Amino acid sequence: MKELEGGVAVVTGGTRGIGRAICEELAAGGASVAVVATGEDRAAKAAGELPGDGHAGFGCDVSSVEACVNLIKRVEDDLGPISILVNNAGITRDNILVRMKDEEWQAVLDTNLSGAFYLMRAVSRGMMKRRTGKIVNVSSVVGLTGNRGQSNYAAAKAGLIALTKSVAQELAGRGVQANVVAPGLIETDMTAVLPDDVRDAMLGQVPLGRLGAPEDIARTVRFLVGPGASYITGQVVVVDGGMVM
Amino acid sequence: MSEIASRVREIIAQELGVEMDKVKDDANFVEDLGADSLDTVELVMAFEEEFGIEIPDEDAEQMQTVGQAIGYLNEKE
Repeated sequence: MKELEGGVAVVTGGTRGIGRAICEELAAGGASVAVVATGEDRAAKAAGELPGDGHAGFGCDVSSVEACVNLIKRVEDDLGPISILVNNAGITRDNILVRMKDEEWQAVLDTNLSGAFYLMRAVSRGMMKRRTGKIVNVSSVVGLTGNRGQSNYAAAKAGLIALTKSVAQELAGRGVQANVVAPGLIETDMTAVLPDDVRDAMLGQVPLGRLGAPEDIARTVRFLVGPGASYITGQVVVVDGGMVM
Repeated sequence: MSEIASRVREIIAQELGVEMDKVKDDANFVEDLGADSLDTVELVMAFEEEFGIEIPDEDAEQMQTVGQAIGYLNEKE
């Protein structure tokens, strides 16, 4: 029997990049995966491509509290009680502080931070009642170090870390664990748009000398939601080839 | 004692892990029965399950003693 069999996992931003790899790993671990993306069609298509049965795709704009509440209801109706939540959905609207528009700031905070809060709040009662649940929030090394041109993104990702630690403390007594994975430079659509010189400069900061693959993050998430991590909560696992030590 | 009152008292004793004789009408969940804020949320969830109703947060916040809970649930039944 696989270690996640019988579990239901919700993964936001699950159709591309790191989120897609997370869906694949959790499905490989035996979980039923609710693939969440802004477009329901794309989510359904991605869910259909996962290994094993019991997966489904759901459309949800995580920056909307109503949409998040509704999503959790729909997933529980369709797939059963949620045992795993992975908040991975994230956007960037990079700009230097002096030029950053209110909308750029707000959009990043709404999706990357508030979305995680809405979904954690919505799943927490059920997890508390069942005395079990695993939450993993995907932050970023940028949430630890800051990054020029990403004050909004860095603030949201840092906020996610403190949010996770607070929730971990509140829910630990109810058997619910919450941890953070903080990826470094990973090969995705989000990093593909970086200019070559920026990429090369960043790569120079990585002791292991390569970009990470989405699977590097996904395997860490699978570990954190599995039985091997039963004594780990409130932690930030940095997966970045040694970039931040 | 009404049937509802005794069901409510039993749930409170069980959820908060206290003896039945401590579950008096004027007992405050937090001050007298040692509940923390999450315990009170779980207590309300247990009431919802037992009586098959939904208790809005505004109502839940008004329920701070055993008597208040019994009164509220009596009205809802």
